[in-house]
Amino acid sequence: MKIKSTAIVDTFAEAFKMYGSRVIITAETKEWAMAAAQSITGFATSVIGCKCEAGIETTINADESPDLRPGVSVLIFAMDIESLGKRLMERIGQCVMTCPTTACYNGLPEGSPVIIGGQLRYFGDGHQISKVLGKSKLWRIPVMDGEFLVEDKFNVQESVGGGNLLILGKDQKATLKAASAATKAMRSLSDIILPFPNGVVRSGSKVGSKYKKLIASTNDAYCPTLRGVVGNSELDGGINSVLEIVIDGLTLEAVEQAMRVGAIAAAKPGIKKISAGNYGGGLGQYHIHLHKLGLEA
Amino acid sequence: MALKLKLHTKPEVPLEADCICPDRMQSLSTTEIKELVVFHGNHQVPLKDFFECDGNFDGEINIEGDLTDVKHIASAMSFGKITVSGNVGVHTGAAMSGGEIIIEGDASDWVGPEMFGGSITIKGNAGHMVGSGYRGSTIGMQGGEIIVHGNVKNETGHVMRRGLIVVGGNAGDFTGVNMVAGTIIVLGKMGVRPGAGMKRGSIICQTKSELLPTFTKSCDYQPSFLRHYFKYLQSLGFTINDALMNSPFERWCGDSIELNRGEILLYAGKQ
Repeated sequence: MKIKSTAIVDTFAEAFKMYGSRVIITAETKEWAMAAAQSITGFATSVIGCKCEAGIETTINADESPDLRPGVSVLIFAMDIESLGKRLMERIGQCVMTCPTTACYNGLPEGSPVIIGGQLRYFGDGHQISKVLGKSKLWRIPVMDGEFLVEDKFNVQESVGGGNLLILGKDQKATLKAASAATKAMRSLSDIILPFPNGVVRSGSKVGSKYKKLIASTNDAYCPTLRGVVGNSELDGGINSVLEIVIDGLTLEAVEQAMRVGAIAAAKPGIKKISAGNYGGGLGQYHIHLHKLGLEA
Repeated sequence: MALKLKLHTKPEVPLEADCICPDRMQSLSTTEIKELVVFHGNHQVPLKDFFECDGNFDGEINIEGDLTDVKHIASAMSFGKITVSGNVGVHTGAAMSGGEIIIEGDASDWVGPEMFGGSITIKGNAGHMVGSGYRGSTIGMQGGEIIVHGNVKNETGHVMRRGLIVVGGNAGDFTGVNMVAGTIIVLGKMGVRPGAGMKRGSIICQTKSELLPTFTKSCDYQPSFLRHYFKYLQSLGFTINDALMNSPFERWCGDSIELNRGEILLYAGKQ
């Protein structure tokens, strides 16, 4: 299969069951909302080292936000509900509550609730005030610029983490350009995030290592400098740079759609192949086959 | 098809009709509903003596006529919907715990006293003691919403403990008197002594009001929770202008003769 001159490798992305949440952050200005969003999504590229994966989903216009102020929607993923609850507590408490003028709302109408505002309220030292509006309960925590408003419970739902594309290009410049085009196209979609820096990761990993303490190590099969060194290189002679885009989504359909959009956008001159990372199929619950994404259309 | 009730005979004395409630009419045929008992003074009479009944009960009741002298409509209601194309008498929605009541006209005193949940919307005005506790009771409204698009009279939200009361027009004296918690929003003016004896809870008013000396001003600020509430009020059809949305509010805490944990938020923008 090909898109223009780019070959689509007959393989699959091995994705995992995760749990995801949507956090809506509002503030007096979009700059302050974005400051909190960037803070809460910091150091959250991979569950391997960061305990969660997070990213900015989209910005929200004031007239569409819960309190008619500019907002940002953030998605955060972890491997189980308990872990995600802890990450939400830590990150909303340290990165959103601390940011001037912000308020923080649950962005998922359905799912399993985890108590966030109901724990953060204790920061109010007895001066916190609860408000119930419709089905939502909010906590007003007094802070030095006024009040921090946070929803009592945030819903988490079963999600999909680790959807991915590997972009195999003739050189670094062409590969970077294709990866940027892909992430730009994918960012227009909802229900997904790209947790790595600017959406792209260069240090793709394989399971295990020669060093016993490491659970993951460099994906040597896709390192161009190791062609001729390792016996399992997936790179042929014309490929000198590989970049990966990892996608986490609230649904499998959202991840598949992002991979479809990303693959089409990345198929540019200088890109020899588009592939996907997997671990042989024995680890992840979801196998997303590139040839079944409807890329021909 | 909704059950339709139409008042054909105006009662000479107040009619107690707590049977006009989805909980009482559930699983009854229209014939059986016509025979439900109402109190006309101290006389027990069938509902059909005052109301024409048409259609079948499917969880929804539509009532026509001036029900100013009909009391206890939807008392202890827990589900369904009642729409009244006219006025209603006292104790409408008393102790209700769920469902929706829509009054197209005015409501008399004691709307939603000691209610637990559900919503009551009054397109016109309401009388005294909206969402209150009965005399001697220490707990009034404990949940749900009462939305009045017009004016209300005195002691709205008396001993209220939870829930939301919105008044689109003016409120009388003693709004939120002895309030325990909950939220009262008045988009017009309030009478004297709002929040007297309040322990906790929030009273929000679009106009400046004279407060009791037992209230202390904390600050001027823009509470983000109010914008969240105002957006909700816009969805209910209230006009919230930009000035109200974007202006600071004076925060007064009180009542210091009680816990001093209550608050009155007064619009601090240009009047």
